[in-house]
Amino acid sequence: MKTRPSIGKGIASLIAAAVTVTLMLSPVVSAHAAQAYKVGAVFSVTGRASFLGDPEKKTALLLQEEINKKGGINGHPLKLIIYDDKGDSTQCVIAVRKLINRDKVCAIIGPSLSGLSLSVIPVVQKSKIPNVSCAASYKIVTKNPKTGEQWKWVFKTPQSDSMAVEAIYTHMKKHGISRIAITSVNTGYGASGRSELLRLAPRYGMTIVADEKYGPKDTDMTAQLTKIKGMSPQAIVNWSIGPTQVVVVRNWKELGMTNIKMYQSHGFGSRKNIKLAAGAAEGIYCPLGACNIAEILPANHPQKQVTMAYVKAYTEKYNEPVSSFGGHAWDALSLVVKALKAVGPDKAKIRDYLENIRGFVGQHGVFNFSPKDHNGLSKEAFRMVVVKKGDWALAD
Amino acid sequence: MEHMTLASQLLQYIITGVTIGSIYAMVAIGFNIIYNVTEAINFAQGEFVMLGGLVMVFFRVTLKLPVLFSLPLTISVVMAVGILLDRIAIRPIRKPTVLSMVIATIGASFFIRGAAMFIWGKNPFDLPPFSGRNPITFLGAAIQPQSLWVLGFLVAVVIVLTIFFDRTIMGKALRACAVNPSASSLVGINVKYMILISFALSAAIGAIGGIVITPISLMEYDRGAMLAVKGFSACAVGGIGNFPGAVLGGILIGLIESLGAGLISSGYKDVFALLALLLILFVKPSGLLGSAEVSKIRKF
Repeated sequence: MKTRPSIGKGIASLIAAAVTVTLMLSPVVSAHAAQAYKVGAVFSVTGRASFLGDPEKKTALLLQEEINKKGGINGHPLKLIIYDDKGDSTQCVIAVRKLINRDKVCAIIGPSLSGLSLSVIPVVQKSKIPNVSCAASYKIVTKNPKTGEQWKWVFKTPQSDSMAVEAIYTHMKKHGISRIAITSVNTGYGASGRSELLRLAPRYGMTIVADEKYGPKDTDMTAQLTKIKGMSPQAIVNWSIGPTQVVVVRNWKELGMTNIKMYQSHGFGSRKNIKLAAGAAEGIYCPLGACNIAEILPANHPQKQVTMAYVKAYTEKYNEPVSSFGGHAWDALSLVVKALKAVGPDKAKIRDYLENIRGFVGQHGVFNFSPKDHNGLSKEAFRMVVVKKGDWALAD
Repeated sequence: MEHMTLASQLLQYIITGVTIGSIYAMVAIGFNIIYNVTEAINFAQGEFVMLGGLVMVFFRVTLKLPVLFSLPLTISVVMAVGILLDRIAIRPIRKPTVLSMVIATIGASFFIRGAAMFIWGKNPFDLPPFSGRNPITFLGAAIQPQSLWVLGFLVAVVIVLTIFFDRTIMGKALRACAVNPSASSLVGINVKYMILISFALSAAIGAIGGIVITPISLMEYDRGAMLAVKGFSACAVGGIGNFPGAVLGGILIGLIESLGAGLISSGYKDVFALLALLLILFVKPSGLLGSAEVSKIRKF
């Protein structure tokens, strides 16, 4: 009987001791280093869009390491909190809420996919937190397509499809091409590109003689190309990602259609595709961002330095070639870091600063933001390249 | 620029349709073999095709073995997967019903796809064609040499299977299991062993399909599901369990897709194939070559 109260007392004193120790320790910890700046990131690291999220995450981690090695942002270390949405919009929204409410980050970069990015707009708008998306659709930043009004808190770094289309059409016009055929994959990516191709055709005086589609897992596009061959257009624009964009190229070559020029979307921007086409890709044109073609950019190109540095660091650390997508994450995080350096971790100040960034040299272009343009890029962000001897070469 | 004449366009559509259709036919034959013995549809059939392509890439491209070695090696590896599928997923089912077997194969297909993603990653892979990439021009249409290989392999598979089922004891035993499993086991046929053989056989045929199509269409880990759907449609069109029906159904679906895409609208080409499937099933529910009598006594 006698021992019981003493046990109780013991526990109580233990708790008291623990509390005191924690209270004593916590100021010591925070005083040790300046408060970390917390930036959230949501990428589709696994799942259907892992080809986007994986290089994005790797790039973000690479940047974090570089920044912290150099002493952080004004002495504050950068702390990235990255969640994987697995390509699912529900998980994406949950992750964004978690970043806002639990992790208390001051800005969010990502998501990787346009659909997911659209689904988090209401959350970031309501919570008043700056969001720099790595997804491409112009709808992400455009609140009202008619007036061009932008979502107050949302920015994005990738070029819009319309810029790729404009770059292609400009190149065609320069080379006297006006009769074209379209082939596209019947997924969101293909449909978005196709609608931009159709929308902008009249402005550039393009006549579309054929508009063919195929599925993302189709084994052969010979039928579509045969139909196009019968119409004999001057050029074909293909809009797809994945294996189909390579199969189209092979079929085009096999059918002896190389006298009809072939243009691909910016989705073709990986050397893997040239290799997979097994020689058939010679002469293919496509619009690419600077970071895909860092090596062949002229030395006086404004993005030469920044892209070469990124390509070198990324390939050294991960032993794999850079993709456009990692470049989008580089741009998004670098913009946020630039804002943090200038105004500190205040959400509203970061947003205002982002909106007024001009002349920021990134991986995919020189960004000039404004209240009317939360993407900050123009069609000049794309360079037309052509496949020559199994590698990219600048097209004239 | 010269226009392509309608006649050579038509010829091109037919060549394309027959090539793709041959692959659908091989998948359909694989379905049939297992269906005939177990009355279940093996939903992992498309995965065998995918594995055939990717394992061949491993032997042919990674290890740089010649075709003559890598072909039998690939087929045996995929056959081993088929045997494992039976031993691990099908045989342990305590009261095998058609439904439980089907569910087991669906699970297995997810597992195989996941494992393939883990091993090969998500990028598509290429395989050098058996005999060059220079297309043969025939009446204004271009024929890839690989298309001829695809067709040749389909013919070879059909001939070998016909001999196997008609002339060998094991083939006849398999057919007996298809007609009546309990009677077959009464006359001394090991039905479980026959199921195992059926899985190995259909895995081998799936693998052949994957090996011959990869040089044309590339191969990646999740291609199997689409091929399984098309192969199953081919099966249903021709009559489930009927081998000539599978070949006919496969080539028919390939032709409808290709002609539909070329002559009418490429956006709706899958719709044409499915419409044809529905029409045939409305008019003749047992399939083109299936017998109504047989389909009445079948469980599925």
